[in-house]
Amino acid sequence: MHEPQDRLGETRPDDDVILSVRDLAVHFPLGGGLLGRGRRLLRAVDGVDLTLKRGECLGLVGESGSGKSTVALSILGLVTPTRGRIVLDGQDVTNRPSGDRKALARIVQIVFQDPYASLNPRQTVRRTLEDPLRVHGVTAKSEIEDRVAKMLRHVGLRPEQADRYPHEFSGGQRQRIGIARALILNPKIVICDEPVSALDVSIRAQIINLLLELKETLGLSYIMISHDLGVVEHMSDKVAVMYLGRIVENGHWREIFERPAHPYTQALIAAIPDPLRHAPLATTGGDLPNTLNPPNGCAFSPRCRYAEAVCRREPGPALETRTDGHAVRCWRADEIAGQAALVSTEGEHF
Amino acid sequence: MKLRANLIIGGALFALAILVGLLAPWLAHTDPVLDANLLNAEEPPSWTWWFGTDDQGRDIYSRVVYGARVSLTVGIVSQLINSVIGVALGLSAGYWGGWWDDVVNGLTNLMLAIPSLIFALAIMAVLGPGLTSLLIALGLTNWSFTCRIARASALSLRSQGYVQAATVLGYGDLRIMITQLLPNMLGPIVVIGTLGMGSAVLSEAALSFLGLGVRPPFPSWGSMLSDARDQITTAPWLSVFPGLAIFLTVLGLNLLGDGLRDILDPQSRSRRT
Amino acid sequence: MTGAPLIEVEDLRIDLDDGTQRVAAAEGISFRIDRGETFGLVGESGCGKSITALALIGLLRQPLSIGGGVIRFEGREIQHLSAGRQRDLRGNRIAMIFQEPMTALNPVSPVGRQIAEMFVLHKGKSWREADRLAVEALASVRVPAPERRVNDYPHQLSGGMRQRVMIAIALACGPDLLIADEPTTALDVTVQAEIIELMRNLCAERGTAILMISHDLGLVANVCRRVAVMYAGRIVEERGSADIFRAPSHPYTRGLVASLPRLGSRAALGRTRLTEIAGVVPAITNFPDGCRFNPRCAQATDICRTTAPGADLLEAGGLVRCHHHA
Repeated sequence: MHEPQDRLGETRPDDDVILSVRDLAVHFPLGGGLLGRGRRLLRAVDGVDLTLKRGECLGLVGESGSGKSTVALSILGLVTPTRGRIVLDGQDVTNRPSGDRKALARIVQIVFQDPYASLNPRQTVRRTLEDPLRVHGVTAKSEIEDRVAKMLRHVGLRPEQADRYPHEFSGGQRQRIGIARALILNPKIVICDEPVSALDVSIRAQIINLLLELKETLGLSYIMISHDLGVVEHMSDKVAVMYLGRIVENGHWREIFERPAHPYTQALIAAIPDPLRHAPLATTGGDLPNTLNPPNGCAFSPRCRYAEAVCRREPGPALETRTDGHAVRCWRADEIAGQAALVSTEGEHF
Repeated sequence: MKLRANLIIGGALFALAILVGLLAPWLAHTDPVLDANLLNAEEPPSWTWWFGTDDQGRDIYSRVVYGARVSLTVGIVSQLINSVIGVALGLSAGYWGGWWDDVVNGLTNLMLAIPSLIFALAIMAVLGPGLTSLLIALGLTNWSFTCRIARASALSLRSQGYVQAATVLGYGDLRIMITQLLPNMLGPIVVIGTLGMGSAVLSEAALSFLGLGVRPPFPSWGSMLSDARDQITTAPWLSVFPGLAIFLTVLGLNLLGDGLRDILDPQSRSRRT
Repeated sequence: MTGAPLIEVEDLRIDLDDGTQRVAAAEGISFRIDRGETFGLVGESGCGKSITALALIGLLRQPLSIGGGVIRFEGREIQHLSAGRQRDLRGNRIAMIFQEPMTALNPVSPVGRQIAEMFVLHKGKSWREADRLAVEALASVRVPAPERRVNDYPHQLSGGMRQRVMIAIALACGPDLLIADEPTTALDVTVQAEIIELMRNLCAERGTAILMISHDLGLVANVCRRVAVMYAGRIVEERGSADIFRAPSHPYTRGLVASLPRLGSRAALGRTRLTEIAGVVPAITNFPDGCRFNPRCAQATDICRTTAPGADLLEAGGLVRCHHHA
């Protein structure tokens, strides 16, 4: 794991790679009694590899405790990794000094889930968009005004609305402001953390369409974090599925959704209610395990209907690449692959 | 509707006190210090001497009017010092956490453990009496509540999306604290500050009463009370009027603080429309 | 299945009185649920679906109140019952589970105690007997090791387990109607599947009717036999749940169905631009005249802006409120 040369060798010929995460782990020490006795380690992320290419959207899927948000926070420099490497646009940013925040800011930005809590209620939209430019050394008043006006038009707001405060906008408009803030520094990567799940259902399509348009016109790369598989399928080029701090499957979106190979991915897809039928939802058995006290063997084994002795004894195998970049972390992947319940392709489409 | 009454009555009383202090030269009938005339000593209140006169024949009304200057200066300036110290320590401790937070926490607990008036007394003993010493002594000893509130607000605000966004946008820590955190915690800080002004006015009175305040003969409400204590039965007006002035000002500040809390409390406002 | 439906709502109006003005937060609400039936109310935040449910169970509180209409439970009007009679109905005959069980459960009381309380309160059992029934109730919602779990406090349980406890409390007295208000919105999708299946199976076994309230049209259509879609305080369409997805009639429902990226549609049809519904959801105090969807509707004409549409019965069954429905 600690052979950067070798690791780099894999990605160097590929100039298209804008983000490469290698063996990322984030462990949080928790609580414990006096003198640190009983102190436990929360392995929020435990050995994650990700590759994002220019212009691509990588969907990051998983339930609570899967570590998907912690991965995002590490890439943004908001959480310090325990080990591993993060290379952004050719620069190793893993252990950069904290003063380097500015350089990072021009590469990667984030759109938050909650459009209410993510805008400073005491700042006008103009201030929210102008301040970052000033922090990054843009001083000419006309340039600042131009860029703010242009960005507001990009996200579907009118420049005249710039002097209003967040509470004067609806949830959808607030999310547009949040997107404008993320894009004002011309970043190359935008992490979208559940960008529509806090919005009214009838507003979501507007924001999804906007994000996809902006990706094309501005040449952005996305990491799309969501629990809504419909949204992920619609937006992503590649998809990575996380379970308890590890990636259990990744690959092209079509591979993941049409031929899911890991039992967990299959369970996730099968759990989506089919509105056309009263068929019972496929259940997995049991709740999500406690991240602090992960099960022995493969983390999914207690809930997995394919689990055998080996699965309960040995930790999950390495992520093994099968055909065409489709990688799975499962002892029985070969046997299971054929039996996938292809719920998604049954029924009618609209 | 009761909430508004707090705000209006409190604000009016405080505004009145400030106005009296500012307009003292025009409102006073005589010079509070120089116009002593033993022929008029210890006159009870009358049309000539609204609040009566003291044992040196000075007009109590004029002294109360001028005394507002000292009491309010002490109240406002010392509380401003307290607010600045409390916000600076609390905000930085809550935002940075770690060892700095431990240090600030320890300091705050220490301040809370020692009665602030005793602490102020000790500082006054070192610096000697006088207005400046009073401002320093009271300004350094009453910031712990502000600090606690600022720290708690910073702790909860720093996980807000817009603070994270500012970090991701490359803002420096100082800028984040001043532009993102501070404006969003001002409400409770202002409330605490208003209440703190009231207690500073009382502390001034207490220290002056003990002879550690503004040097005589210049009047402050506290020193007037102190001077009057021997005549409280023979000439009660000497203590009643400065006492009333303190009472109304502190009452006004407390009502104002409560009123501000009611309108600034985020729970009483709906965040989502 | 005899005579009167289990619950029947007729022209219900719910007022919101904020001290300065009185507005109808929901109006003209009519629907019926038969014994053992599953019925869904779908809509966005502020459409009036949750307050409709609260009205049924007698939990509307200031500034909300029933402003008109009739609610019948087994043919008996219940909207003007005394607080005591409503309390008796609640828990015993009509039960409710909420989105966030953590706020609905008492944090300082063991969960077993909270279930047992239902038997003591509504069935007059002794605490001893009730404690035994509580273990059985926990077992029935498939909580592992129920005899130990009864002593747990709510914060010691996961979100899914807490929702199971809520279901156990709700179903303790064998109610005839279970109102589920966004019961799985706070849960992960695999846990959601568990909870939905549990709720569906238990209610089917016991003949309990379900009124499910959610913003998730797909989930409701899967769980319920009939679905009513609400928009801005009115029911705009009520249909069999498969029909509402296959052939939505109201422009709002059509927009909703078309605007959601559905799993599998990209694989089948390629990535197409999602159909947007223009504009924003109106505020309660600012509902537009005429059809309330008209400012966002591509087909709106003059009549839509002046006259609220009445209910049209559809040939395929169900009803729609639109001047130009499909």
